[in-house]
Amino acid sequence: MDRRQFVKLTGIGVGSLMLPIAGRMVSAEELLDPGMDFGTKKRLGTIALEAATKAGASYADARIGRYLNQFVTAQETRVDNIVSTESAGIGIRVIANGTWGFAATSDVTPDSIAATARQAVAVAKANAKFQTSPVRLAPVKGVGDVQWRTPVKKNAFEVPIAEKVDLLMEVNNAAMDNGASFISSILFQVNEKKFFASTDGSFIDQDVHRLWAPFFATAVGENGFKTRSGQGNPVGMGYEYLDGDTSEQVKIAGANTGYRFSYDMVQDARDAGRQLQTKLKARSVEPGKYDLVLDPHHLMLTIHESVGHPLELDRVLGYEANYAGTSFATLDKWRSGKFEYGSDIVNLFADKTQKHSLGYVEYDDEGVKTREWDLVKDGILVNYQAIRDQVHMIDQDASHGCCYSQSWSDVQFQRMPNVSLRPNEDDLSADDIIADVENGIYIVGRGSYSIDQQRYNFQFGGQLYYEIKDGKITEQIEDVAYQSNTQEFWNSCVGMAGADDYRIGGSFFDGKGQPSQVSAVSHGCSTTRFNQVNVINTARKVG
Amino acid sequence: MAIMTEKQAKELLARVLELSEADECECNLSGSNQGNIRYARNTVSTSGEVSDVTLLVQSSFGKRTGSATINEFDDASLQRVVQRSEELARLAPENPEWVPLLGPQEYKKTPTWSEATAAVTPEERARAAEASIVPSKKEKLVAAGFLDDSESFIAIMNNKGMFAYNLSTECNFTATIRTADGTGSGWVSRDYTDITKLDTGSASQIAIRKSLGSRDARAMEPGRYTVILEPAASETLLANMVGAMSQRSADEGRSFLSRKAKDGEELSEDAPRNRVGEKLFDERVTIHSDPSNPDVPTPGFAADGHAVSPTVWIDKGVVKLLPNSRYWAEKTGVPYQPAAFTGGGMFGGNAQFIMEGGKRSLEEMIADTRRGVLVTRTWYIRSVDPQTLLYTGLTRDGTFFIEDGEIKYPIKNFRFNESPIVMLNNIEELGKPVRINGRMVPPMKIRDFTFSSLSDAV
Repeated sequence: MDRRQFVKLTGIGVGSLMLPIAGRMVSAEELLDPGMDFGTKKRLGTIALEAATKAGASYADARIGRYLNQFVTAQETRVDNIVSTESAGIGIRVIANGTWGFAATSDVTPDSIAATARQAVAVAKANAKFQTSPVRLAPVKGVGDVQWRTPVKKNAFEVPIAEKVDLLMEVNNAAMDNGASFISSILFQVNEKKFFASTDGSFIDQDVHRLWAPFFATAVGENGFKTRSGQGNPVGMGYEYLDGDTSEQVKIAGANTGYRFSYDMVQDARDAGRQLQTKLKARSVEPGKYDLVLDPHHLMLTIHESVGHPLELDRVLGYEANYAGTSFATLDKWRSGKFEYGSDIVNLFADKTQKHSLGYVEYDDEGVKTREWDLVKDGILVNYQAIRDQVHMIDQDASHGCCYSQSWSDVQFQRMPNVSLRPNEDDLSADDIIADVENGIYIVGRGSYSIDQQRYNFQFGGQLYYEIKDGKITEQIEDVAYQSNTQEFWNSCVGMAGADDYRIGGSFFDGKGQPSQVSAVSHGCSTTRFNQVNVINTARKVG
Repeated sequence: MAIMTEKQAKELLARVLELSEADECECNLSGSNQGNIRYARNTVSTSGEVSDVTLLVQSSFGKRTGSATINEFDDASLQRVVQRSEELARLAPENPEWVPLLGPQEYKKTPTWSEATAAVTPEERARAAEASIVPSKKEKLVAAGFLDDSESFIAIMNNKGMFAYNLSTECNFTATIRTADGTGSGWVSRDYTDITKLDTGSASQIAIRKSLGSRDARAMEPGRYTVILEPAASETLLANMVGAMSQRSADEGRSFLSRKAKDGEELSEDAPRNRVGEKLFDERVTIHSDPSNPDVPTPGFAADGHAVSPTVWIDKGVVKLLPNSRYWAEKTGVPYQPAAFTGGGMFGGNAQFIMEGGKRSLEEMIADTRRGVLVTRTWYIRSVDPQTLLYTGLTRDGTFFIEDGEIKYPIKNFRFNESPIVMLNNIEELGKPVRINGRMVPPMKIRDFTFSSLSDAV
């Protein structure tokens, strides 16, 4: 089995970041090894399915996975860490006696695979004693042989390490030359090579790529310190995301640069240094009610927390009660067909099909073709996120295609797909949204996020705050956080920019389950306005 | 063979070091057997067991260091992992913060292992879950919980003569028990080195009581209240504070312990830039660590193999010591100060700490409270301002109003915005410390704790 190690990166933002790293450390060159061919995987997958069926499984699926990661981290003028890892093996999931069973092994020889399949069936039969009602799977038609790859232009693993180190050094110098005292910068590169076979008759081979290039800068002044993180988005793209194509930049009100599907990390670091110096001197916000204009790089996490999580069906039903909690969006509210999640311009949709998003794949981890569906339509709650063994509980007969496992050695379960806010059909810019605001605050970047275990009450902060007076940005301010209630907040939504301003942000390491698994998920939106939200001042005097 | 004895580990690591051609070589061998069971909606949802053992080899040529890992231990595999770490070391840039490896150390044995925990079976886990589910069902409640246990070892050896070995066990249990209509919720948490101390049935009774007692919660105005924080309610805030106590961050000006020049004061270049020696908390606040503590034992060495002794970090409200790295200690001319850790990480990760308290139980503290709020636990705690250590989060799974020494009625959950620095200056009373997440934390009665809004969550 696979051991999950946690590598601690210090000096990042506030405190530290624990990174889950699975597998063994390998050389950068080994990441380019193509691994097993399709025919071999199909042969091995078939061995698993046949052994499981013979042992009494009524359904089986096998995932042969090779999970590759590379992390490059730099602090100020030095390289901290260059880590390449590989984790490979097979996970076999079965239904026997109406109950799920799972077993996994890193030994992918035919005998070992057959033994693991039998073990999965034995686990299912043992667990059947505790089962109160048998598993009901929504039907899926087998799709035969399929191969799919994230459409990357530059495989990040093909880029020499030296080039990556040079980029991070340039980023760190840019921030420090412009006002930062400290900076940590990181390149996360992930490649999941995963083959799925099921007794439904599917043999699906997918080659999934993701990339994230965050930085965390700090400036120390006479009266304290301030931090500002990068505005790059984690994406389902190759190294081309870091080309810094200026046509993918959105300039907003002379204050902020937003990045769509190409990121200029050096320019952002330069901006961060300058903005940090302003933050050190900025005026503290006057608490009260404000109209908020939220940049996509901020709003994405508000969507994640207040829409993505509460509409996970397993949370709604109580399966996550002991960990992350349950949900305010209960079945009776959905069944009424009248629950006003937001104002009538709020349309929130789920998918695993948006190009460049973190969730983008052709098939999910139980062989279901991915698609798009509505969660909130014209403000009304219309659906949840559910997988094959759940959809019957909401009177539906097809899985939504959002099943995922972080590795071959963990069992797949329902994970959040991309959840996004549909942009305005009219061609409005972020500047147009700001121009209508008399007394407001424009918030950029993800800061402090906290929400209760049923997703009612939240408090969110950002990285940069700008006062808006009579349609114009006046100055950068500090110490802002807003508190609201999910339903009240989405009902205060009064407008959003159009498709040209639409950007996708995301979470690269979203945790769920016990034992916890991570997944990566994107959230798209354009700059959006919310009226009369409660803003608090977070400055304190201590010691 | 996920668990190796000291003798087996020593022999294997000596074989690895013989293969090394680097200036310096250090090997870190660790393995574990872990098991778990999860239940929800009064039925077991998943269970599993995982075993693994990993060897990490770190080689240095001058100030260039490379690492490689492997989980096979035949001669060819060992040769391969040593060679790979040496290749990577030759390619690596010089690390300006490189320090030489440690020499031989003397360690004190600590009581980190329990035979019973090492021997837990899947059947015992299933019975433990059953002991939580059955009484919940009887009360028409809905139980969800998680139990995991592990036995693990760690061995470190280097070519400067250092060898460290530790074998440890632990188990963690949490249960959330809710009313079927979702109007009440209770929670309990237990963690031990020795699983014979764990009684999931009696622990679940606490969650059941809180679940039934928290129905029909009343709304109270947010504001400043005297609170009694159960250990689970303050542990994360304390751990975040302890985790932020790095000497380097303080010296660099990016910590709540950074020292600012006072009016008219000119700080010289090499003056201490941290607040060691200053009284920042109530004099009842003493926080120390001790690997040999029988309730929260940890290995007698830090992650780098350095011996760890009992250390007082905060003494009667005064900051006495800050953990540092060997590099930073040398640069600033202070002693190296490693911290005891619980096995999963270093100080700031799973650091062990022991906060001293008083003699009285939670119940006695409640009986002595005229008006206050009892908080079972806190949740989704996030940093709002690292300069003041302001954190936000929410109460969860049992918040009650206390009046005239009695729990009067359940109240709705609150969001708080509070700093542990403020909290530890507003102490009314500290109770008897108990183990929570591998740390010892007392129940605390705190005045003027800031609740900033109400939550409808149950």
